[in-house]
Amino acid sequence: MASQDIAVKASTDALFSGSSRNSRRNMGQFIRWVLLFGGGILMVMPIVFMISTSLKFPFEVYNLNLIPEEPTIENYTYVLEDGRFYGWFINSLVIAILTTVSAVFFDALVGYALCKFKFPGRYLVFIAILSTLMIPTEMLVIPWYLMSKSFGWLDTYWGIMFPGVMTAFGTFLMKQFFETVPDDFLEAARIDGLNEFQIWWQVAMPLVRPALAALAIFVFLGNWTAFIWPLIVTNSAEMYTLPVGLSSFGDEVDVAWELIMTGAAISTLPTLVVFLIFQRFIIRGVVMAGLKG
Amino acid sequence: MRFYKNLSIPQKQIVWAWAFLALPVLFYVVIRFYPTANAFVLSFQEWNLLGDRKFVGLENYAKLFSDPVFWKVFKNTFMYLILGTPISLVLSFIIAYHLDKVRFMHGTIRALYFLPFMTSAVAMAWVWRWFYQPVPIGVFNNFLASLGFAQIEFLSSTTNALPSVLAPAVWAGLGFQVIIFMAGLRAIPQSYYEAARIDGVSTWTVLTEITIPLLKPTIVFLVVFSSIGFLRIFDQVFNMTTNNPGGPLNSTKPLVLLIYDTAFNGFNMGYAAAQTVVLFTILLVVSLIQLRLLKDS
Repeated sequence: MASQDIAVKASTDALFSGSSRNSRRNMGQFIRWVLLFGGGILMVMPIVFMISTSLKFPFEVYNLNLIPEEPTIENYTYVLEDGRFYGWFINSLVIAILTTVSAVFFDALVGYALCKFKFPGRYLVFIAILSTLMIPTEMLVIPWYLMSKSFGWLDTYWGIMFPGVMTAFGTFLMKQFFETVPDDFLEAARIDGLNEFQIWWQVAMPLVRPALAALAIFVFLGNWTAFIWPLIVTNSAEMYTLPVGLSSFGDEVDVAWELIMTGAAISTLPTLVVFLIFQRFIIRGVVMAGLKG
Repeated sequence: MRFYKNLSIPQKQIVWAWAFLALPVLFYVVIRFYPTANAFVLSFQEWNLLGDRKFVGLENYAKLFSDPVFWKVFKNTFMYLILGTPISLVLSFIIAYHLDKVRFMHGTIRALYFLPFMTSAVAMAWVWRWFYQPVPIGVFNNFLASLGFAQIEFLSSTTNALPSVLAPAVWAGLGFQVIIFMAGLRAIPQSYYEAARIDGVSTWTVLTEITIPLLKPTIVFLVVFSSIGFLRIFDQVFNMTTNNPGGPLNSTKPLVLLIYDTAFNGFNMGYAAAQTVVLFTILLVVSLIQLRLLKDS
């Protein structure tokens, strides 16, 4: 990549210092940059409009201005006042965190066992778990619903969470990453007298920390935005997660778009803020999970 | 404990392996395999949740395949795929190809494209739903009006509604595909490009003869990943067409919404299960085609 990199850098440098021998090339590079940047701005416009409108009074909602003439947080106080959004936020947060912790723990546990232990049935278990990737969630929601109904799991945290406490995708991902942990390390720990659980937890897990983090990001985001299953398994408004709550809230207030945008902002901003803070890290994790998974 | 101490090392490994796997295996059997079998069995039964389950053979399937609404839904589901996958792939490739050559504010631009991927589909469905409203409410039509163009019916027209619902799904997934494409582009050895430059090959030839063929694994992965996503579209449709889910006149209704309606509004559990089996089959066929393509490369 070196030579091209240098060429590109040279041309951008030239572009912004104003002197250039290769002006046609610089012009091309400039146009490329402007189009890409413009496209990027367009990409975030829905998010910008959402936030801007959530800060507007009703009379200003239909104007196209991005900066409210009279910014207000009244929509937020109104939406949060009756406590429903607050409750949904807590539900989503608790469910997403618990599910993430569980899925990362168990996926790593299973991935490690399938990677590092020799035992009869290993291949069968691996193929069986992998094959569940072929089964779409939508095929399982009806049996899950029937199950939840007979076990009394409807309208409970556990009912919302149980399908996701382990994931085949994560198991596969973790198995791939444990392949990179040398067996010598594990053998050394064995000689030191650690038991197999300690070897996994104290020796192997710290070595795959980036993969654990990547998996955690995916699982958290998936659960934070999950819609169809929480929609089916919850009945009472107190048990809704943010997406389900927002959906019913939107129907309820119908044309009060500034309130809907406020609700949408409340359910979107947490993940956006997390992204802006850990941007590089998250993008690396997504690439890692996407390519290895 | 005494028993454990007398085991050989390989035997101990077997004990540990099953200690690690006991709970997860139970989970996969009870929460994945049993429900899958249950869905298949249910698809041959008639049941409204209250009475007894009654075996009806292939009746659910016969009913489904003779239902014009099902074929409408089937067509819609594939429309989401046929429009969504190529559009998002071409757009994300163009963006990734050019972004890869840009250094100035590279990270910032990449973040702008990636940001929508971090949003919740439900929240953004409501934002886009607002954008699509007629004047004086919706942003798009207000914008058109301010430029003096005619109004466009987005969600209320049977021809425009499906692409309008699809747009936020494409938009939200674009950043992910750009990131994956850029990782693929980085993985191409630079020596190929240098050799091509020495030979004086044109940029276009480099693109079609080197870059795209070497990106084939990435392209196959993204085609399958996004195809499965579009075939399973639900959140956007449900939230953008709530007054009449899947409307107008079923013109946006995908298979998953039909399943949801049949099961949780009509309580026709057997019939809905048959629809899920059809969805499963479609996804399986698409995945198998992918494996085939991967093998060829």
